[in-house]
Amino acid sequence: MTGAEPTPGNGYLIRGASPLGGPRQDLLIRDGLIARVGPGAAPDPGTRVIDADGLIALPGMVDLHTHLREPGREDAETVETGSRAAALGGFTAVHAMANSSPVADTAGVVEQVYSLGERAGWVEVRPVGAVTVGLAGERMAELGAMAESRARVRVFSDDGICVSDPVLMRRALEYVKAFDGVIAQHAQEPRLTEGAQMNEGEVSAVLGLTGWPAVAEESIIARDVLLAQHVNSRLHVCHVSTAGSVEILRWAKARGISVTAEVTPHHLLLTDDLVRSYNPVYKVNPPLRTADDVQALREALADGTIDAVGTDHAPHPSEHKECEWAQAAMGMTGLETALSVVQHAMVETGLLDWEGFARVTSTRPAEIGRLAHQGRPLAEGEPANLILVDPAARWTVDPHRMATMGRNSPFAGLQLPGRVSATFYRGHPTVLDGALNTPLTPAAKETAWTG
Amino acid sequence: MKHLLSTHDLALHDALRLLDTAEEMAAVGEREIKKLPALRGRTVVNLFYEDSTRTRISFEAAAKRLSADVINFAAKGSSVSKGESLKDTAQTLEAMSADAVVIRHPASGAPARLAASGWIDAAVLNAGDGTHEHPTQALLDAFTLRRHWAKVAGTGSPGSDLTGMRVLIVGDILHSRVARSNVWLLKTLGAEVTLVGPPTLLPVGVDTWPCTVRYNLDEALADRPDAVMMLRLQAERMNAAFFPSTREYSRRWGFDDARLAALDTLGLGDTVIMHPGPMNRGLEISAAAADSVRSTVLAQVRNGVSVRMAALYLLLAGGTHDHPAAPTVRENPALSPTKEPAV
Repeated sequence: MTGAEPTPGNGYLIRGASPLGGPRQDLLIRDGLIARVGPGAAPDPGTRVIDADGLIALPGMVDLHTHLREPGREDAETVETGSRAAALGGFTAVHAMANSSPVADTAGVVEQVYSLGERAGWVEVRPVGAVTVGLAGERMAELGAMAESRARVRVFSDDGICVSDPVLMRRALEYVKAFDGVIAQHAQEPRLTEGAQMNEGEVSAVLGLTGWPAVAEESIIARDVLLAQHVNSRLHVCHVSTAGSVEILRWAKARGISVTAEVTPHHLLLTDDLVRSYNPVYKVNPPLRTADDVQALREALADGTIDAVGTDHAPHPSEHKECEWAQAAMGMTGLETALSVVQHAMVETGLLDWEGFARVTSTRPAEIGRLAHQGRPLAEGEPANLILVDPAARWTVDPHRMATMGRNSPFAGLQLPGRVSATFYRGHPTVLDGALNTPLTPAAKETAWTG
Repeated sequence: MKHLLSTHDLALHDALRLLDTAEEMAAVGEREIKKLPALRGRTVVNLFYEDSTRTRISFEAAAKRLSADVINFAAKGSSVSKGESLKDTAQTLEAMSADAVVIRHPASGAPARLAASGWIDAAVLNAGDGTHEHPTQALLDAFTLRRHWAKVAGTGSPGSDLTGMRVLIVGDILHSRVARSNVWLLKTLGAEVTLVGPPTLLPVGVDTWPCTVRYNLDEALADRPDAVMMLRLQAERMNAAFFPSTREYSRRWGFDDARLAALDTLGLGDTVIMHPGPMNRGLEISAAAADSVRSTVLAQVRNGVSVRMAALYLLLAGGTHDHPAAPTVRENPALSPTKEPAV
C-alpha cells in the first residue's frame, strides 16, 4: 500500500458494531484505513456517525469466481452492473472470469477489464487470465504478460472448460510459479460429460437427462493434485461439488500438497431434486448434486478442507433460461445472495462462527488471489474494506429487485437470513442502509492503492 | 387431470379411469360410424418437434374420432426451423385458442416445461419427450396387457389391474422413454417388472426403480414371464460403443427364433411378445417372433387410438381436476439436511 485516499468530511465512525461477532467496538474509518478500533470513541466534528447497534462487522467479502460478462455479453451483465451487485452483496473484491468475448487471454483484455472495474468504483475488480489461448485448451496464453500488466493477474483459469490435457496442465502449473500465480481448474473430464445435463444418479435416471457423473470431477482433481505435488506448484480447484472430491482434497492437504478449493453457495444448499421441475434456473455447471454431497461440502468448508466460498455468479439473459432444459444455458446468479446463503447453511447450522465466515469469504480467498489489501483483520492501520451485516434480518429473494442484470437466481422466493447494511470499499461507503450509495470517485482512485 | 405429462405421478385411480374410458372408446371404434361428438368445437394441436408419423396419426385419428379440430404443427418447415423458441410457439398456439397441445419433443422435460411455464393454458399431452417419458405408449401397452391378463383369468378387462402379471422389458432402457413410462405405470397397476439389457444401456440409479434388473435374457425367460416387451434399438446407439456389435447385441438381447421356441419348451402358452414399433426385424426381434400369434404389435397400434381418445376426452371434457397427473414438485424447498430454511 503506497497511499490512502481522503474520505468525505472527517471519515466515518461506526458505533457499536461487533467485529466478527465479538464484543461491541467503535471503528473509525479515515483516509481509506481503519484509523481506530475501541469502545466509546467520541466523533470529531465532520465525522459521520453510523449506528451499528446489532450489526456485525466483517472484512469485505472476496469472490474468487465471478462472471461479469464484459467485454462481449453486455446484454447479460457489465462490469458496472456486476460490481454494483457485488457491493450490495457485501463484496469489496471480485475476480472476473476470463470467458468473455474476446477471451481475457492477453494483457490488453485484462487491462481493459481492470480499468472498467476501477472506473465503476464499486469493488476491486481483479481479472482472471485465461490459461490457454481462446480457452481452446491447445497452447498457453501469455500468462507472464498478464501477470506483469496493470491488472497484475495472479489467478489463471479456463473456467467453463477444463484444462484436460495433462501436459498442458502440468506446464501451466509450473509456469505460473515465476510470478506466484495459481491455476484455478474447472475440473470436468470432457469425454465423461459429453452432452451432460445434470448430476448422474437417481434423479437423472428418472428424468431421462444425460448424466454428469461425480467421477468426471473427481478424476481430474485426483490427477491435478498429483501434478501439483510433482511440480511443487499451487493449484486451486473451482466450484467443488461432490463428496468424493472432498475426500481427495483432504488426502492431498494431508500430504502437504499446495491445493486450495472453493465451493459455491448453491452447492451448499440446493440438490438435484430441484431438477424434477425441469426449470432451467436450476441448470448449472457443475450440476446440483445430492443431499449427501451438500453435507460433505458443508463439513469440508467448516474444517478447512475447502478454503473458500466462490459464487460462480453467472448471469444470463432471460431467453437463455426460458426454454427447454437441454437448450438452456448453465449458471446462476449469486453475488447478492451469497452472504445469506452461507449464513443460512453454515452459521445458523453451527458449522461456522462469524470468524469462520470471515475466513472462508474473505481471508482465504484474498490470500489465494494474492490481494494484499483485502481479507485483512479489522484492526488499526488496516485497509478499510469491511462490511456491516444485520444477522437478524430476514428477507425474501426477489431476482427482479437485484442490481445484477441476471434474473436467474435459484433462490427466488426463498426467505433467507442476513442483510448487508453497509459496505466500505477503501474507506468509502459503496453501500449504506442496505442500498447503493456512491462509487469511489475517480479522483480518489488516481491517488489510492497503486502498485 | 389437467395435463398428461408422465406416468411417474399418475395415481392408480387415474390410470384405471384412463384405461376404462379407453375400453369405452374401443367400442366406438367397432361401430360403423367411428365418431363421437364429445370434442366438437375444440382444437387439438399436434406439435411435433420430432418425426413420428405413427404417434402423430394415432393422436390425429383419436382427436378426429372425438370430433375435435386438429392442427398438425411439424417443427420441420415451420417457423421453429427458423429458430423460434418453444415459448414463442406456445404463445402463438395460445393466441389461436388451442384447447390441447400434443407435444413430441427431443428434449426431456419439454412438455413439463410447457405445462408449468404459464406460456399457455391448454392441456398438455406428452407424446414422447427425449429419453424421459411416453405416457400414452405405456397406457396403450397397459391396456393391451390388461385385456390379455383378463382373458387369461377368464374375467372382464374394465376395472381390473395387472396384479401378479410378470413383464420383461428388454433392450436399451437408458435411452427409452417407453421403458420409463412402462416401469412406473405397470408397477402402479400391480405388475412385476423386470428390466433386461446390457449394463451399458441401464441407467445409473436404476437400482432405485421399483423393478428387478437382469443382464441375461435367457435366465429372465426361464423365470416364466407373462409378457416380453422388446424395445427398439436406435441406430445412433450402434455407433456409440454401448456394445461391441449389433450381432453380439442380437445374440444376447434379441428375441430370436430360438427364444421364441424356448417359450414353447417352457410351456408358456399364454406369454405375449410386445414391441412399440417401428421394429428392426432381425435385430431386436426376429421376423418369426414379430409375426407369431404371440405378437401383440398390431393390437398395440389399434389400442393406441382408444387410449389417446380416452386421454383427450378426460383432459378436455372429463370435468374434475382433482388429481393432476402433472408432477407436483415444490420449487425452492432449499433442501437443508441439517436445518429447514427459515420460512
